[in-house]
Amino acid sequence: MKVVVIKYNAGNIQSVLFGLERIGVQATVSDDPEQIITSDKVIFPGVGEASTAMKYLSERNLDKVISSLHQPVLGICLGMQLMCKHSEENNTPCLGIFEDVKVKKFDRAKKNLKVPQIGWNNITGLKTALFKSIEANSYCYYVHGYYAELSKHTIATSDYGKLYSAALNKDNFFGVQFHPEKSAAIGEIILKNFLAL
Amino acid sequence: MLTKRIIPCLDIKDNRTVKGTNFLQLRDAGDPVELAVRYCEEGADELVFLDITATTEKRKTLAKLVKEISVNINIPFTVGGGINSISDVSVLLENGADKVTINSSAVKNPSLINDLAKNFGSQCVVLAIDAKIINDEWRVVTHGGRNPTNLSVQAWAKESADRGAGEILLTSMENDGTKRGYATELTRQIAEVAPVPVIASGGAGKMEDFAIVFEAGKADAALAASIFHFKEISIPSLKKYLADKKIPVRI
Repeated sequence: MKVVVIKYNAGNIQSVLFGLERIGVQATVSDDPEQIITSDKVIFPGVGEASTAMKYLSERNLDKVISSLHQPVLGICLGMQLMCKHSEENNTPCLGIFEDVKVKKFDRAKKNLKVPQIGWNNITGLKTALFKSIEANSYCYYVHGYYAELSKHTIATSDYGKLYSAALNKDNFFGVQFHPEKSAAIGEIILKNFLAL
Repeated sequence: MLTKRIIPCLDIKDNRTVKGTNFLQLRDAGDPVELAVRYCEEGADELVFLDITATTEKRKTLAKLVKEISVNINIPFTVGGGINSISDVSVLLENGADKVTINSSAVKNPSLINDLAKNFGSQCVVLAIDAKIINDEWRVVTHGGRNPTNLSVQAWAKESADRGAGEILLTSMENDGTKRGYATELTRQIAEVAPVPVIASGGAGKMEDFAIVFEAGKADAALAASIFHFKEISIPSLKKYLADKKIPVRI
């Protein structure tokens, strides 16, 4: 099985590669459309800022490549947010794969929230094979200041001041806001579930 | 619900874990990778590694150790000690670290916080503050506690968050290594003034200390070293104790 991790200017993909390595998968890191299109599974990671990430992707035509993929795709953290319609982070139009989902900023003033949310939060309302054999209320590790609102594509939720999308799915596209590569044994099961899709 | 985090801290010297009292009198606490794996299995929420002898020639050894840690553990970890530049951070992230912690170098050059946040994101920048009471006020001290400054801890915490630090690791040197409990009042003040999560550090001796710093001290996370290294408190029993007190923890 060929797994490609999309290389771009957003953050630390090394953690994702080590996470895959721990479950026995040697992934290829690439920004070459041909490599991405011909792979069996695509992981779209990312930690960073939305507008600079989108700019980088569109300059390399990767925005169109990602949107047109037919194999299972997993967006992680910023990767998931970029698959939505729009992000409030620097008012950035995104890929629109989750066509009606907007990414908003946690409201610091309301409820005295610390932003970014950093740490372990539980996931509920689990749907699809991505969460096969994962119990409701399992804990996953989050680091994020922006969140995807609830939508018909929501397949898991978490609560931080309000309920938001912990994971999204449409057709072959999956996105998780948390970091499965840093979410201990639970995260490893989720990564394995994705690779088994 | 977001849980309170329990974070074992490993002070590293010559590739061994060490622990002292009030930053002095170091004693050996074992192999860092073995300890890290043990803490992962026991349910630690994160790990922090501080290279307390970080010098230029030790840098490569540290990078190698970071890589060994990252292939072995599946929870987030932070690395610190002697970080002065963007390239120092790049090396650590490329070897699998999730976050870095900076301390003296940020006091000397506060724009380092802005630079790191811009290059790697705030989530990756943990600003460590060593605090000491000087003339009845909490002041920032640097270089492992040796150099006092005129900076107020509250003002520095707020400024560093404004500059882009994603978390504050607050160590009370008055409490560190004493096992008399965390500096609860200082932690509460910083947790209220800083818009980012605060990790309390220094002084954990018994399970009750954690409950106090989470509840009265409003800490988002609590860090400890020797009580975990020398098996005085186990992470599973600590988490059960906190859960029984209705403090949200990941079990």
